[in-house]
Amino acid sequence: MSPADQQKHPSGDNRFKLLDRAITKHQGRGDALIEVLHVAQGIFGYLENDLLIYVSHALKLPISRVYGVATFYHFFNLKPKGEHTFVLCMGTACYVKGAEQIQTALEEKHQCRFGETTKDNLVSFITARCVGSCGLAPVAVLDNAVVGKLNPADAAKRVEQWTNSVPEVVS
Amino acid sequence: MTVEDLQELAEKEQQRQSGKKHRILYCSAAGCVSCGGDKASEMLKTKIKERGLEHECEVIGTGCMGLCGEGPLVKVQNDNTLYQNVDESAAEQIITSHIVNNKKVEKNLCDTSAPFFASQTKIVLENCGKIDSESIDEYIAAQGYEALAKAVNEMQPDEVIEEIRKSGLRGRGGAGYPTGLKWGIVRKAQGEQKYIVCNADEGDPGAFMDRSVLEGDPHRVLEGMAIAGYAVGASQGYVYCRAEYPLAIERLKLAIKQAEKNGLLGNRIMESQFNFRIDIRIGAGAFVCGEETALLQSIQGKRGNPIPRPPYPSEKGLWGMPTVINNVETFANIAPIIRNGSDWFSQIGTEKSKGTKVFALAGNIRNTGLIEVPMGIPLRKIVFDIGGGTEEGTEFKAAQTGGPSGGCIPKEHLDLTVDYESLATVGSIMGSGGLIVMDSTSKMVDVAKFFMQFCMDESCGKCIPCRVGTRHIYGLLDKISKKKATQDDMVLLEELCMMVKETSLCGLGQSAPNPVLSTLRFFRREYDELLQPVEMYLGEPGTVVDFEK
Repeated sequence: MSPADQQKHPSGDNRFKLLDRAITKHQGRGDALIEVLHVAQGIFGYLENDLLIYVSHALKLPISRVYGVATFYHFFNLKPKGEHTFVLCMGTACYVKGAEQIQTALEEKHQCRFGETTKDNLVSFITARCVGSCGLAPVAVLDNAVVGKLNPADAAKRVEQWTNSVPEVVS
Repeated sequence: MTVEDLQELAEKEQQRQSGKKHRILYCSAAGCVSCGGDKASEMLKTKIKERGLEHECEVIGTGCMGLCGEGPLVKVQNDNTLYQNVDESAAEQIITSHIVNNKKVEKNLCDTSAPFFASQTKIVLENCGKIDSESIDEYIAAQGYEALAKAVNEMQPDEVIEEIRKSGLRGRGGAGYPTGLKWGIVRKAQGEQKYIVCNADEGDPGAFMDRSVLEGDPHRVLEGMAIAGYAVGASQGYVYCRAEYPLAIERLKLAIKQAEKNGLLGNRIMESQFNFRIDIRIGAGAFVCGEETALLQSIQGKRGNPIPRPPYPSEKGLWGMPTVINNVETFANIAPIIRNGSDWFSQIGTEKSKGTKVFALAGNIRNTGLIEVPMGIPLRKIVFDIGGGTEEGTEFKAAQTGGPSGGCIPKEHLDLTVDYESLATVGSIMGSGGLIVMDSTSKMVDVAKFFMQFCMDESCGKCIPCRVGTRHIYGLLDKISKKKATQDDMVLLEELCMMVKETSLCGLGQSAPNPVLSTLRFFRREYDELLQPVEMYLGEPGTVVDFEK
C-alpha cells in the first residue's frame, strides 16, 4: 500500500481504509465507479454526501458525475435505511399472485409507504422488481432471507416480529 | 492444459464419480435454497456422516432441476429418482430409507415421466441437475471445455463463426439477431482491442432463466465467451451481472478462478497463442441497463443512458471498440454447437428459429419453474401439458411473454407455435423467456397499468417520448381503471402509444406500449366497460353542449 493509502481519514474513521483498498484494487480507474460505490455502501450502509465527495476525489471524477451515477441506480441509498428491510417483490409473477394486496395491507398497518422507512426507523419497506424466485410467488426478502408463498396476514406477522420483538416464529 | 490433459482429467473424474455407490444431488439454486433447501441439504450431509457412508455416498449441490414450485428438489442420480418438497424430515428419510434400505420415500416422489420432464429438450440446461455447480472437474467430465479445445486447436476463427452462422442460432436476449452474423461483423471491424460482453442483467420481472444457468453451470457461459473471443479476436471479456443475483456472482467468480488455475482462461489458453480474460461487472438495479448500449455505458462507470444506433456495438462498443454483446443463454448454446456441429443444432426448431428456448413458467399455473423446449412448440402444449394447466377451479385467460416489452396471448391463439415470427404476428415478442400465465382474476387494464408503471419507473429519462410519454400513458390507464375516463381518452391513449413506440430512442421506450397495445387488441371490452357512459358528458338528450368550454 502506498503512503497515501496508509494515511488516516481526517475523521479518524478506519472504514475509509477498507474503501481505499477497494479503490486500489481497481487501480483508481474512473470506470470502476459503480463497483466502488457498491463497496462504499456495503461498508457505510448508505452513501451520504461526504462519502460521494471522497469517492470523487479518489477516482478523480467530477462530483456531479458521481452524484449522477449514485442517484441513477436504484440500488444505491443516499439516506440511511431502517434497522430491518422488507423487500417486497413486485415482479409479474408475484403481482399476479397478489403482491399488491400485501403492499396495501402493510402500508395501511404501518402508516408508511413502500420506498420509505417507518418513523421510528425500525423498518424500511422497499419494492423490488423481481428477485428471480418466481416459482415461490409472492416473494419478499426480509433482511436477506427470502420468504415465499406469502399472504397479507403472514407478512404482517413477520413484520410484527421486528416491531414487537416477539421471539421468532418457526415457519 | 493440453487437449490430452483435458481428456485425462475428464476420464479421471468420470471414474471417480462411477466409483461412488450413490450421488445425491440437491438443487442449490436460489429458488430451492430460499424454501428450506439449505436445511434439507445439511440434513442429508449430517445423516451420511452419522452412518459413516461418506466414502460411497456424496451429496452435491447442483443447478436448477426445473420444478421450482415443488422445491426443494433432491435427485438420487444412480436410479434417477427425483424427490420434491424435501424438508428436513424427508431428507432424513432419503438417507435412512432409500440409501440404506433401498426403499424409496413414496410421499415425496416426483413423477419424472410426466410431460413437465418428458416434453423438454435440454441443451442449455443439460448439466443442471447432473453436475456439481461449483466443480470445474465435473464440468470437464461432462465434456466441458472440449468445444474450446476443438476451436482453439482444430479450427480457424472464421470457421468457428461460419459454424455458428450455419447453426442458425439467434440472440436469446429477446431481439433474436443472428449470432453468427454479429460475430462476423465484429471480426471484420477495425479496432486495436475487441471485447466480449455477456448480458447477465436479467431485468424482466418474472424471468429467471439466466440466473439458473449462471448459478447452475457457470463454466458453460465462460466457455461460450472464450470461444467468441477466439472467433472475433478479442482478449477481454466482461460478464455484466445484476446486483440482485449475489449467488450467481459468487459462482461466476469461483468458476473464473478455477478456469484460470487450469489454464482455460488467461494467457496461452490450451498452450496456444490465444489469450482471454474475463472480469465481472456488477449492475446496480437499473432495468434499462439490460439494453445493450446502456449496459456498455454502465460498464464504463456511467449512468445507464442508451445511445442512438448506428453505430452498433459491433462496430463501436466498449470504449469505442468493436464489441460482441450477447445474452447468457446465447453463450450457453455455443459450446454444444461447436462440439456437436451446426447440423445437429439446426435440426431442432423451425426454419427460421433454430434450437431450443428456456422459459420461466410462472403465474397461475400448476407447474411453476424452468423449462427448455424446442422452438416451434405450440403454446397450448407449454401451458397445458408441460405446465399442467391452471389451478383447479380457474380458467386460462392469457399467457404473457416478453415481460414489460411483450404482449398477452389470449385463448384464441393457444395453438400458436412459439418462435420469433409467430409471436410477432400476435403483437408479442419472444423476449428473454418469461412466460406468465393469467387466469380470470387478472384484470387486463391493471396488467397493462402494472407494466407501464414499471417502464415509467425504469425509464432513463433521456428522451421525451419515453420519459414523458410513459408517464402520460400510465396516467390514462390509471384514469381508466378508476372509471373516470371517456372515449376521447381512449383515442389519446392509442395515439400516445404509437408515438412512444415510434419515436423513443431505445428498446425500452419502443416496446413499453406493447402490453397496452396487446391488451387493447385482445381485451378491448375490458377497457370499454370501465369508460364513463356517453350521457355523462353529453348531458341529457336535447341539451346543447359547448365543446369550446
